[in-house]
Amino acid sequence: MHILLLDALLKGPATERAPSPDEAAVADLARALGTRARARLGRSLAIREVDAGSCNACELEIHALGNPVYDVERFGLKFVASPRHADVLLVTGAVSWNMREGLERTYAATPDPKWVVAAGDCAAGCGVYSESHACAGAVAKIVPVDLVIPGCPPTPTDLLKGLLALVEGATRSPR
Amino acid sequence: MITLNERGADTDPVALADAIRAALQVRADGFARIEADTALWIGLARGCAAGWQDLGALWIDDHHVRMALWDARENCRAIVSLTLKAGAYPSVGLHHAPALRLERAMRDLYGAIPEGIPDERRWLDHGVWPGREHEPGYHFLAVDGNGLHQIPVGPVHAGIIEPGHFRFTANGETVARLEARLGYVHKGVEALAQGAPVEKAARLAARMSGDSTVAYSFAFSHAVEAALGWDVPPRGQILRGVMAELERLSHHVGDVGGICNDAAVAALLARCSLIREDILRTQDALFGHRMMMDAVVPGGVVRDIDASGAAAILALLERIETGFHRVIRAYDQSPSLQNRTHGTGIAEPDFIRQFAAGGFVGRAGGRAFDARRAFAYPPYNAVAFKVPTREESDVDARIWIRIEEIAESAAIIRQLLGRLEDGPIRAAPPPFQPGAGAALVEAFRGDLFVAVRIEDEGRIAHMHARDASWFQWPLLETAIKGNIVADFPLCNKSFNCSYSGVDL
Repeated sequence: MHILLLDALLKGPATERAPSPDEAAVADLARALGTRARARLGRSLAIREVDAGSCNACELEIHALGNPVYDVERFGLKFVASPRHADVLLVTGAVSWNMREGLERTYAATPDPKWVVAAGDCAAGCGVYSESHACAGAVAKIVPVDLVIPGCPPTPTDLLKGLLALVEGATRSPR
Repeated sequence: MITLNERGADTDPVALADAIRAALQVRADGFARIEADTALWIGLARGCAAGWQDLGALWIDDHHVRMALWDARENCRAIVSLTLKAGAYPSVGLHHAPALRLERAMRDLYGAIPEGIPDERRWLDHGVWPGREHEPGYHFLAVDGNGLHQIPVGPVHAGIIEPGHFRFTANGETVARLEARLGYVHKGVEALAQGAPVEKAARLAARMSGDSTVAYSFAFSHAVEAALGWDVPPRGQILRGVMAELERLSHHVGDVGGICNDAAVAALLARCSLIREDILRTQDALFGHRMMMDAVVPGGVVRDIDASGAAAILALLERIETGFHRVIRAYDQSPSLQNRTHGTGIAEPDFIRQFAAGGFVGRAGGRAFDARRAFAYPPYNAVAFKVPTREESDVDARIWIRIEEIAESAAIIRQLLGRLEDGPIRAAPPPFQPGAGAALVEAFRGDLFVAVRIEDEGRIAHMHARDASWFQWPLLETAIKGNIVADFPLCNKSFNCSYSGVDL
């Protein structure tokens, strides 16, 4: 273990510089979020991830956000264990009928003000499962969505850009 | 196909090799096709229970129930079909428990009734599908005893993970029973594939379980190629192998980090996730997608690599080996970590044999089955590698299987790159004709079976996929028994079963 620690000291951090947030999304979000956000959130968001019928590829890339290269926590973005602690629901998947109630109840358990981010093509309603009889389709059909991050799966950089847009949008919102 | 003569239902279990000899013909995909009567069907089911052969898959297609069986010792494989009578067939699960969940799932999806099945509960149908009659709620198995309490967990878990429900019955901290209820991410894959052109079905196959995208694409492509008589050029075969082993490397490294993290050693997760990120970025640069989704397709692969690409992979392997060597040393020298993994979550070798569990779950418990070795398919028929096994069958053993497989995968990739000769990477499709094909490939978590049937216009009439996790989830339930609740994350992560690949 001491070799690993020494290595970390000598080589310095692996963390990369942040991508700039998706500007178009920032502007949209600033309009959409209104005054709800600024006073309540500052620059920190607690995120609860909900897999509502994905193939797990989105989850793997969301996981990667926590690795030392992307180090999502340096932006005040933190994944939490309970919707009761969350500001943001990050939802993936084509919302299988079997997960619909789980998503609705998770949304209901998240305190206001809250935002929903639909991550990945399935959550956006354009993935390979969108025509399935076993899926309700886009997340927006079940709960209100504030931001869509497309991709199959979205890369960690795509996810980071979108989530940073959410922070920016929330803090730049008009009075 | 040949229909075997009637056998008495009371005869001894029927060996697969005998049945195949009677059927005479083995198809190009390595599977014999056997039309069974009821007696043979039951005999083979009992043969599985007696350990004469392994149950590989069980599915419904075109008014038939079909069962894939293999016997690695005899080097034989077969797909056995039985015509449904008034929508029913004799239950395999009645004789051989590993079939139970498969039969429950098929009954939910196709209404095929497994007569005599000892577990009548629904599996994929949670009673919420539009246009279906709603059944009363799900009943977990009863547990009787003093001082027992239940802990419900999920389907929305506390981490970034797929959804499923775990019902723990515990006595204090000690788990008396775990029952997993899955099906939450059922996405209707088989129904979606029905009538789809091959290209569309290939995209579906690549998204059966996101972490095994190359393996599913590989298996689907093999099955389609067998059905249509589609030859893959050697360079395409070799690149498939390179991708499949890279996928195995990325997940094995990630899993070792994840297990250590569940024992509160976050530094090793950080190290492993850096290595994993390095692999994903190399894959992105060379194959156009971080996970190589849609990179393997029927007929070959879609992206070629040049000499610099091969050099980049070799350089990646060196970085992995240096970085991971330090992780292994740290793991091996941390008593606090070893204390959590040794003797924890033991999967009984008897159950491993009965369920024919594959991958690191099977190999950690002494079952040496590896589809790359047992039924060597290209390009694995041209490389040398070891199939590591252990006997302890605990969390530590499953970690060590991964560690040893990482070295083997690196060795396989080096051999494959050494054999990479110039030539096309993909062959044009032959004229479409009706046909059926099946494939068994080794994904990172174990053997993976795909069967397809293709109709006249090149459309998929039926596609069935069976993930290794079908036969690993039930073992996780048994492995946690007698452990403390707090060790469940370690046990769970060391199994790393797929939800999406099982719920389909």
